[in-house]
Amino acid sequence: MTDTTNEPVYVVDSLIAEDIDAYLDTHQHKTMLRFITCGSVDDGKSTLIGRLLYDSKMIFEDQLAALENDSKKVGTQAGGIDFALLVDGLAAEREQGITIDVAYRFFNTEKRKFIVADTPGHEQYTRNMVTGASTADLAVILIDARKGVLTQTRRHSFLAHLIGIRNLVLAVNKMDLVDYSQERFDQIVADYRAFATSIGIENFVAMPISGYMGDNITTLSDNTPWYRAPAYFGRSLIDHLETVEVDTTRDLARPFRMPVQWVNRPNLDFRGFAGQVATGSVRPGDEIRVLPSGKTSTVERIVTLDGDLDQAVAGQSVTLTFADEIDCSRGDVIALSDAPPQVADQFEASLVWMADTALIPGRAYWLKLGSQMVSATVHAPKYTINVNTMEHCAAKTLELNAIGVAEVTTDKPIVFEPYAENRQLGGFILIDKITNSTVGAGMLHFSLRRAQNVHWQALDVTREARAEQKHQKSALLWFTGLSGSGKSTIANLVEKKLHALGKHTFLLDGDNVRHGLNKDLGFTEADRIENIRRVGEVARLMTDAGLIVITAFISPFRAEREMVRSLMAEGEFNEVFIDTPLDVAEARDVKGLYKKARSGALKNFTGIDSPYEAPQNPEIHVDTTRMSAEDAAEMIVDRLLGHWMPEI
Amino acid sequence: MSKTLTHLERLEAESIHIIREVVAEAENPVMLYSVGKDSAVMLHLARKAFYPAPPPFPLLHVDTTWKFRAMYELRDKMAELSGMDLLVYHNPEAEERGINPFDHGALHTDMWKTEGLKQALDKYGFDAAFGGARRDEEKSRAKERIFSFRTASHGWDPKNQRPELWNLYNAKKAKGESIRVFPISNWTELDVWQYIHLNNIPIVPLYFAAPRPTVERDGMLLMVDDDRFPLKPGEEPVMRSIRFRTLGCYPLTGAVESSAKTLPEVIQETLLTTTSERQGRAIDKDAGGAGMEVKKQQGYF
Repeated sequence: MTDTTNEPVYVVDSLIAEDIDAYLDTHQHKTMLRFITCGSVDDGKSTLIGRLLYDSKMIFEDQLAALENDSKKVGTQAGGIDFALLVDGLAAEREQGITIDVAYRFFNTEKRKFIVADTPGHEQYTRNMVTGASTADLAVILIDARKGVLTQTRRHSFLAHLIGIRNLVLAVNKMDLVDYSQERFDQIVADYRAFATSIGIENFVAMPISGYMGDNITTLSDNTPWYRAPAYFGRSLIDHLETVEVDTTRDLARPFRMPVQWVNRPNLDFRGFAGQVATGSVRPGDEIRVLPSGKTSTVERIVTLDGDLDQAVAGQSVTLTFADEIDCSRGDVIALSDAPPQVADQFEASLVWMADTALIPGRAYWLKLGSQMVSATVHAPKYTINVNTMEHCAAKTLELNAIGVAEVTTDKPIVFEPYAENRQLGGFILIDKITNSTVGAGMLHFSLRRAQNVHWQALDVTREARAEQKHQKSALLWFTGLSGSGKSTIANLVEKKLHALGKHTFLLDGDNVRHGLNKDLGFTEADRIENIRRVGEVARLMTDAGLIVITAFISPFRAEREMVRSLMAEGEFNEVFIDTPLDVAEARDVKGLYKKARSGALKNFTGIDSPYEAPQNPEIHVDTTRMSAEDAAEMIVDRLLGHWMPEI
Repeated sequence: MSKTLTHLERLEAESIHIIREVVAEAENPVMLYSVGKDSAVMLHLARKAFYPAPPPFPLLHVDTTWKFRAMYELRDKMAELSGMDLLVYHNPEAEERGINPFDHGALHTDMWKTEGLKQALDKYGFDAAFGGARRDEEKSRAKERIFSFRTASHGWDPKNQRPELWNLYNAKKAKGESIRVFPISNWTELDVWQYIHLNNIPIVPLYFAAPRPTVERDGMLLMVDDDRFPLKPGEEPVMRSIRFRTLGCYPLTGAVESSAKTLPEVIQETLLTTTSERQGRAIDKDAGGAGMEVKKQQGYF
């Protein structure tokens, strides 16, 4: 056996020293491949990447000296160089000896530039792998030859397949530890093939390697002579990475689409639409259509700092000008006129949940797709997928790292294509409206109905006309506070005062609504959200009718109150925070509910075992420890009529 | 017709996309401009992103007053060429206390750069700042997102980064919070050099070899750029043919002996060299192996 451990196999291109101009010319024309490596905790991912960097001369002397030093101190490879130390970047990971996030590495060979996403194998970090895979052209699935196909192997393969990676490499690693056994390799590949076929993976290539020893990484190893037989793939990992076809050709063959990122308007004579071409290509003179408006024009120029282009292709960032002055702004998609993408507002999608807080069906999230940002709700999942067994399971929500299929509804139509056809117009992220975190990623399957079939009925008598007839302006006073804080009492007083002033009002009370409209709903988080959503919609209809609407609901979640705010016309929503400390409300306990909740007889009770998220900037803040109900009602009426309706 | 984009074309398009996303979604963006080669590339990409308009944000130079003279010259020239506003910020406290790299060591970087940057961002209320950092520079950078979120006190939490999928960037944030954005995250040192070469981007002449007055200290070759350089007894500046691989404060930046006078020669030397780019910088060696990570958590770019 020849030991090649510390001998870099990949020599620096001799052209660099001999003819730098020729080298630069070659390098300038290199293509790029982005790939991910995935495997379980001890499958040797970091070691493999360290090896690739080392063999392609991406490690410098000072780094190598530090590496040798570190290997002695904390290395796990007795005496040898621990390549994993090269890539385990953050201090916490070094101590734990595991990679906990996505790290990106770079190396070049004579043919290509590579970007490697190093993604964690640890079970709870699915979201990181999906993140790394979303930009990858190829995935290397690592298996420890001693252990064979594990649960995590299945999980990673499934995720890579879900994200739409077509090029899969099964790298059976640590072959040195099973004496380079052909039999062992065959068995693992057969096991893997059975699984891969079952989840719809059509193609993969398998290779026996050792990241630590360097076998079959850059060149074919003498330790696995059997691998050269025709029954096997018979090529080294680098050889494959250098020559495998990149997906961009596929994008180029599709019809032209470009999401508009920015309208460039430096002066009155220039109006350009800037974006990155998602698919296809475009030339001056091409007929285009702007979606969702459907307006058409022709491309006049493709403008760049280096001069106008005669063609822009998938992947390029450019600025287009049109022959006609048509409306087009950020979020619109410019498409080939004859073959435009679809526009819809209801979809089926696969979702990967990425936040510690579970999905709340019915809650409004921001949805970003291309340059479109809309408000969207996710329905309860049709099913989730157990990534260990691939079984479909019933579920009411999606927890961190869960994968499921659900319906998604957006508040206005968006331009899209199925993810399987177009990653750029089919992949989206979900953003929590309060924390601003990215909480989920999704892939659109298809639309459930065409949005163009749903029209708002335009009415001749407007909401303003209805309110004017009543000599008032529509408004919503949204009371929020703990149970027993005094919401209903004060709301009732407010309505009486407004009524006495000749105003047309309607009070929606929590308990009353639950006896009728919402009697099918319980008190789980999801039901509470649906309760508020329905009340919000009813309140909107009533303000459309010109009424001053008063609602008295605990409405504990900030997100739902904000959702209702977004339903209403600008300035109509007034949040009234009835601020009573928990101990005060509990001491009052008018309905005896706190007692029940404390005894455990009542579940999900706000303030006890369910949270209350106090308003941050309420329009009206009532501190009931300093103010009587009567005074509070007086103040609210004054503020409403004085502050928001000075002309009445 | 089929056209496969080269790696530089793909990197360029990705960076332009990132810069445009920030401008579309942030309220008050700024580009941190350090006058180095990475800044030069980033500025060029910004100009490409918005051509024929000038980039719709200012350049901010958080200055230490100890940069090489040639850097100040190029900085002013590039601001004029790009048609952008140039904001230069000096930490008033560092200025008043006369903080300098000769007498104050690590405090120099901390006060002028780390604190200066925070003060400047607060002063102008910038909610997004472009930086020219690359993932291949240093280990903790390799894991940082392209959109890197900062708390209102400019802290970075490496364990709580937002997932970044496809080319979809989440720029949402609460009031007071900000985002550092690294449009050339995926570029390597070689990519940067080659791009400068292909696009004829002006860079500081110090990147090219020339005879310059130098002294050798602690194994580093330092250039005596002005008469603020205190010579130790017996020290005499020696003319050597040197160039710089990275540029910072002249008393902290080590030069390499070189004869590379053209870009291809510089690239040639870079490729044949056996030490990494940041080796000439003192900052990475603080706090053991985790030097840069600790600095970043404190708010260093």
